[in-house]
Amino acid sequence: AILEKAEMVSNAKMERSTKSFNFAAYHDLETLYSFMDTLVASHPNLITKVHIGNSYENRPMYALKFSTGGVSRPAIWVDAGIHSREWVTQASAAWIANQIASNYGVDPSVTSLLGQMDIYLMIVTNPDGYVFTHTNNRMWRKTRSVNSGSSCRGVDPNRNWDAGFGGPGASKDPCSESYHGPYANSEVEVKNVVDLIMGHGNFKSFISIHSYSQLLMYPYGYTCTDIPDKSELHSVGTAAIKELTSLYNTIYQVGSICKIIYQASGGSIDWTYNIGIKYSFAFELRDTGYYGFLLPANQIIPTAEETWLGLKYIMEYVCNHPY
Amino acid sequence: MLCAHWSRLRRVSSRSCCATALRSTHSSTRLSSSPERIMKTFCSVWLLLSVVELSPAQEPPLACRGAAGPAPPQPETAEDMASTGDLEPTHYPARRAAQVALHYLNTRHGSPFRVFGLQQVHKASAEDVEAGGRKYKLDFSVTDWASGSAGPALRCSADVLFPRTERHSAPDVKLRCEALQQINRTVQEEEAFYQKHIPPDSAVSARDIPDSYGNMSEEMQPFWRLARVAASFIMLRESSENTEFNMVQMASVTQQESSEEQLMLEFVVLLHDLPSQEIVQWKLLASWSPDRGVRVLQTEWQPRCPHATKPPN
Repeated sequence: AILEKAEMVSNAKMERSTKSFNFAAYHDLETLYSFMDTLVASHPNLITKVHIGNSYENRPMYALKFSTGGVSRPAIWVDAGIHSREWVTQASAAWIANQIASNYGVDPSVTSLLGQMDIYLMIVTNPDGYVFTHTNNRMWRKTRSVNSGSSCRGVDPNRNWDAGFGGPGASKDPCSESYHGPYANSEVEVKNVVDLIMGHGNFKSFISIHSYSQLLMYPYGYTCTDIPDKSELHSVGTAAIKELTSLYNTIYQVGSICKIIYQASGGSIDWTYNIGIKYSFAFELRDTGYYGFLLPANQIIPTAEETWLGLKYIMEYVCNHPY
Repeated sequence: MLCAHWSRLRRVSSRSCCATALRSTHSSTRLSSSPERIMKTFCSVWLLLSVVELSPAQEPPLACRGAAGPAPPQPETAEDMASTGDLEPTHYPARRAAQVALHYLNTRHGSPFRVFGLQQVHKASAEDVEAGGRKYKLDFSVTDWASGSAGPALRCSADVLFPRTERHSAPDVKLRCEALQQINRTVQEEEAFYQKHIPPDSAVSARDIPDSYGNMSEEMQPFWRLARVAASFIMLRESSENTEFNMVQMASVTQQESSEEQLMLEFVVLLHDLPSQEIVQWKLLASWSPDRGVRVLQTEWQPRCPHATKPPN
């Protein structure tokens, strides 16, 4: 533990500029927030930091907005780290943020995409949980809200959305890892995102990044009934996975949440789909259970690279299929 | 062994881990899932201890009745996840059954230098059988995780029977893998590892492998794999159609004395159940030698009060 702390302190010193930010390492919240500032500072005409609200413990929640102009252009939302122990997701999102920034003006498809759409990328969607995984319990998943009448804290932020809320696939028990909370959007972390999405009004895609299991999923989780757009989303997912797999042969499966992993109510992409954001997807990144949440840092960049290919495919598709 | 907060909680019945867990409205009396069974055992022991220790003036806590525990994973849905007939190989019913077969494979053929992982399910079907169980037939491929993604895939077929009994009982697995005998046995590494740690003065001890950052030293890898293989005995035994277990960390390993030409190791492992997302902690005692493979001698579930920050030692 002492060695790790020393390592982290020295990482932080090295990471003054994004060029020396070590993408192949896991960082604490402060370092990730500082990386965001550095990224914004090096791309002032492309990226702004949007303060969408504060967490339960009053930490700021930031999304990076990639935009080349316009007013409320159609937009794509990507979030990582809503479950704080899924460390490869925050780490990959940092790499992806940097990738989008570097690709703009260089890669024709990213450049063209950003000419027509905005991208919102939230690297740490559950900052309280993330800090807790560093200071106290590496396996913490939920928010850190106090549950009245219970000594157990936290609500599963991905059971707290207003879609089949409280139904099968979430727990009523505050001590449970999948506790849905007292009511939908009770968690300020969730409410902040909901308010942003609703206030903006022009999101065309919502993509949530989790780990682990190597899956690309579409709605629904709260029911196994197929969505009307199942065919299209399944084929977009299949094509995206083909791009992902092409890099390192990492095998992913595609399907609805309910069928491929488990029935789960109150999930974010069910809510976004139901309010009309058709291209709603959730990723589960590496691996399939060997290291699980404790994925070695040397797999961060390969994971981010392959995920980026899948994500890019989806974004291009969304851009090419306005609705 | 007890949670740090446990002694305080005993006197606060309404706030105990047990009581909050028991507020679940799950009404079935069938203890079909292992988290429920675990909680019931925990609650029974807890209740017993509390009753013994409390003065007459204090109320015993809520009786541990019915099922309790983390969100019972949800196959009771009327949704068409009917696990009868041909199954979609990429969907969870087939994958969970294949994972059970994997645990079985690892108990039989895992070693400090070999742990198998599921690569893909090719075909799957399920049928109800007499005596109320459900049998899955699977065709799937596995890889040896220890040799990385470069390793060859082995084709396997398995019958996995999940009994439907009042109290949970372990699934039954029949397994055949092609060319199992022919894969490179890691004899030399095993022998070297054994010779290195069998001397009486060897006292290996380590915690948190891998660490939070996923770091694991070369030296610790074989111990981690042994923990994974030993944990497979537990994961196999505790599995049902509603669980999908993986080991997420070897929380500790402590070498024990042994007079029997076996490495004797006490492990504490953290298991993750995907459907409930719960982290479950087990302590176990296992032996290993190149000749006899892994044997698990004792297992002990360790309660983790969910609000505690660190698992009890």
